[in-house]
Amino acid sequence: MTREDVAKRKNVDRAPLEAEWPAQLYRVLKAAQVRQVSYVPDAGHSELIRLFGADPGVVSNVLTTEEEGIAIATGAWLGGSRSVLLLQSSGVGNCVNMLSLVTMTRTPLLMLVTMRGEWAEFNPWQVPMGLATAPVLTAMGIRVMRADTPRDLIETVESAATLAYEAEQQVAVLLSQRLLGAKKW
Amino acid sequence: MVKHMAQGALDRREVVARLLARRDGLLVVSGLGSPTYDVHAAGDHDGNYYLWGAMGAAALIGLGLAQAQPDRTVVVITGDGEQLMGLGGLATIAVSNPQNLIIVVIDNNHFGETGMQVSHTGHGLDLAAVAQSCGFKEALAVRDMKGVDEVARALHAEASGARFFVIKVKAENPARSLPSRDAVHIKNRFRAHLGLGTM
Repeated sequence: MTREDVAKRKNVDRAPLEAEWPAQLYRVLKAAQVRQVSYVPDAGHSELIRLFGADPGVVSNVLTTEEEGIAIATGAWLGGSRSVLLLQSSGVGNCVNMLSLVTMTRTPLLMLVTMRGEWAEFNPWQVPMGLATAPVLTAMGIRVMRADTPRDLIETVESAATLAYEAEQQVAVLLSQRLLGAKKW
Repeated sequence: MVKHMAQGALDRREVVARLLARRDGLLVVSGLGSPTYDVHAAGDHDGNYYLWGAMGAAALIGLGLAQAQPDRTVVVITGDGEQLMGLGGLATIAVSNPQNLIIVVIDNNHFGETGMQVSHTGHGLDLAAVAQSCGFKEALAVRDMKGVDEVARALHAEASGARFFVIKVKAENPARSLPSRDAVHIKNRFRAHLGLGTM
C-alpha cells in the first residue's frame, strides 16, 4: 500500500466519526449505564451536554466550578449511580484538593477533559493550565489517558469507563485540541 | 467597621443528637471537623457518611446522593466554614432542587477546628439569605431548641424542593468523638447499607 493509499483509507475510516463522535461518545456512556452528568460548559462538549440534557434517563448538573463535580460524583456512587464529569483543561486546576476525595474513598471517577492551550491556540491564557493538566492529574493520583483521533476517543472512553466503574479507578480522558479543532475567533 | 454577629447559645451536641434522635431511613453526610464528631457522638450508624477532608464538598455529596436515591431523605450536617467554601454549590443545588435533600449548617460563627478564628458568618454573613438568593424556597436560621425541633420534624416531612437550615450554636469544641478515618471502609459500609455491592 502506498502512503497515499494509507492516507486515503484513514480518511475513509475517519470521515463519519469526525462529525459524529459526540453522538458515539453519548452511546458509549449510555451503554456504560451513566445516569448522572456534571459539567462546566465547553464548546468541545456542547453536543454531548445537549444530548444528555435531552435524556430523561440522565440527571444533568451545571456547575459553578469543576470541583463541585468531584463531590457530586462521590455522592452519586454512594447512592449507586454511575456519573461522568465534563470539563475543560483549565477546570482541572480548580479540582486539585477535591481529587483527594475520590482517591481516598476509591470512588470511580470518569472525567472527560477537552484540552486548550496545546494546538493552534490563539489565547495565551489557556496555555499554563494546558501544560499543567496531565502533570496535575498525575500528581493527585488520577490515571490520565489521551485521545488524538475520534476513533481513539471512542475506544479510550470505553476502556476508561470499565476502569472507573468496574475497577473503582479515577480516570481522566484528555480530548486533544487537535481532535476538537482550534476555536474560531 | 467589621460587624460581629451575636453568638448562638445552643449546645451543638445536643442539637445534633436531637436532629438524629429519630433516624428512620435518613442518610446522613457530615462535613469535616466538628460536624463529623457531632454526628458520630449522636450514634454511629451505617447510614452515616463521615468526611475528614474535601472541605466544601459535603452539600454536593448530598446532592449526588439525593439524585441517585430519590426515595431516601438525605441530610447534610456541616459547619459554617465548610459551607462557606462551597457557596457556589448552593447555586448548583438550587438548580437541581431535589425535594429529598436537606442541608443543616451548625453555625458557630467560627472556624472551630483551627483555633476559633471568626468566620464570615461571625462577620455578619447570613447563610440562609445566601441560600434564599440562590433559589432555596425554604431557607431559615433557628436559635433555640424549639426551632431545632421544627428542623427535626422537617427531616421527616414532605417538601417541594431542597431545604436549607442554619442552627446558631455556641462557639466551643466539645471532646472529640472520632469515627473511622478509613474512607474506603466508610464508603463500602454505606453502600452495603443501601444494598449496593462492594468491589
